[in-house]
Amino acid sequence: MADEPLKNHSIQDLISQKFKKRQSGFSFERIVPILLFLTALISVLTTIGIVLTLIFETITFFTRVSIVEFLTAKRWFPFSETHGSYGILPLVSGTLKVTGIAILVAVPIGIASAVYLSEYASEKSRRIIKPILEVLAGIPTIVYGYFALTFVTPILRSVMPGLEIFNALSPGIVIGIMIIPMIASLSEDAMSSVPNSIREGALGLGSTKFELALKIVLPSALSGIIASIVLAVSRAIGETMIVTVAGGSTPTLSWDVTRSIQTMTAYIVQVSQGDVGYGTTVYYSIYAVGMTLFLFTLIMNFIAQFVSRRFREEY
Amino acid sequence: MKLIDHSKVLNHMKPRLSFNVFFRFLFLLATLFGLLVLGILLYRIISEGFPYFDLHFFQSLPSRHPEQAGVYTALIGSIWLMAVVAPVSLILGVGTAIFLEEYAKKNAITTFIQINISNLAGVPSIVFGLLGLTVFVRALALGSSVLAAGLTMSLLVLPVIIVASQEAIRSVPKELRQASYGLGATKWQTILRVVLPAAIPGILTGGILALSRAIGETAPLVVLGLPLFLAFLPRTVFDIFTVLPMQIFNWTSRPQEEFRALAAAGIMVLLILLLLLNTIAVLIRNKYQRRY
Repeated sequence: MADEPLKNHSIQDLISQKFKKRQSGFSFERIVPILLFLTALISVLTTIGIVLTLIFETITFFTRVSIVEFLTAKRWFPFSETHGSYGILPLVSGTLKVTGIAILVAVPIGIASAVYLSEYASEKSRRIIKPILEVLAGIPTIVYGYFALTFVTPILRSVMPGLEIFNALSPGIVIGIMIIPMIASLSEDAMSSVPNSIREGALGLGSTKFELALKIVLPSALSGIIASIVLAVSRAIGETMIVTVAGGSTPTLSWDVTRSIQTMTAYIVQVSQGDVGYGTTVYYSIYAVGMTLFLFTLIMNFIAQFVSRRFREEY
Repeated sequence: MKLIDHSKVLNHMKPRLSFNVFFRFLFLLATLFGLLVLGILLYRIISEGFPYFDLHFFQSLPSRHPEQAGVYTALIGSIWLMAVVAPVSLILGVGTAIFLEEYAKKNAITTFIQINISNLAGVPSIVFGLLGLTVFVRALALGSSVLAAGLTMSLLVLPVIIVASQEAIRSVPKELRQASYGLGATKWQTILRVVLPAAIPGILTGGILALSRAIGETAPLVVLGLPLFLAFLPRTVFDIFTVLPMQIFNWTSRPQEEFRALAAAGIMVLLILLLLLNTIAVLIRNKYQRRY
């Protein structure tokens, strides 16, 4: 009988009491997953918000300007009430020129750096060089814009007298420099994941390190390298401040890189800075341009994901 | 008679070996190119901006007269921006990461959220500006305020924090969780008292990287309509304000040499701020990093 009071306080009873308490009514254990799910939803809502914003405002734009004119007209001249012309092609050509130059600069240098870091450099020098290269990627783009306008452009102009103050060449080169670390770092990751047994096989058969890099490592890491280039292209297309500061604001449909241009991103900045009234056609035009930009980068990102998934070599 | 004719082998190998040496040199040059540009960039900025870089520059309002102009409003504005972005993006980012790593089942919704996050990371920053302009500035009528800019920037850097936090949480070994469950802890207790403390260095490093992205970003803020020139400070998060990159953009766009030099001095302030943040990140990583 003396055991009776103790029985209520046995460990098992305490545990079952606690479990009952947890299972009924308010409990952190049930609320928390819901709260966390809501925070995870924010990122989805952001995407939905971006897509809906762009779609609705672009539709409003297309009620005023025909989609055929937008896609085929060869002139982008939005600031005139009477002679306005909304052909996206000049802005697209500006973006493609700058992106093309950036890729011409960044791909050879980026891949060469990746080969050096992954195949030639010692562990110690790699551990020093890689973080310094990544500093290049962390510098704000407005700083690169300043660099392009006040340093690269004057140097180019002293070599090429015909170059205008604002041109496609200088921002293209500087964007190229900005995306070198991206290509170098991602390609180096892809090359480092090629197993050493394959390397040793090639070296054992008498190949030099250069032949090993060119004929074994590069082909094996190709999917990762291509994905890095596509991501870099996407980054260059969306780059804004460098082209705004050093590229000018003259949308022209040509392949001349020495003259002033305007990219899609720079146009959005130009309109945002001006006193364009809410609800005007010009106001809605930035959404149509933004939509075009968004589609370009979205396609690039999907290509990158597809390439790295589809062509990945499994060892 | 020798089995191997060394001179013949050497003759065959010579061009291949010299190719190797040549390309090794070329690859090294390519690697050094990036470092060289970084060096030139920093040298140019310091040599241009140094004459203006003094105490007066920190204490003064922007001005039409270059010799009187300063970064006071812009610097304080950047700090206001950080004060909004840091808590908002950390709460949302870490919450999402915990959900994806600890609670979510491997199903279509989770995969969708994950793909969505990696795609969001690839959206150009200026498109986030358009989102912020429509939703925060216009629809919620926040105007070009600290809050509107802070929320837009939080969404922009969210993928960075989510991915970093996910990696940090994933690297906490299963044994720690099992030990905690074994002692009778519930799932949330385990996450709060075991997983998060172990993952905090990785999360904070990612958070600081995200914050440095946020204070260096210009394009979305231009779209939100932040002024390039402002001579007063915000008092609440609903006030209009400006930040360092906007001030630098303003000075860079002017044709006069003096303003270019001011821009360089402004860049120095921005880079010092970034350097401070990254030093903190490295210190945190070194102090708390543990290997299990």
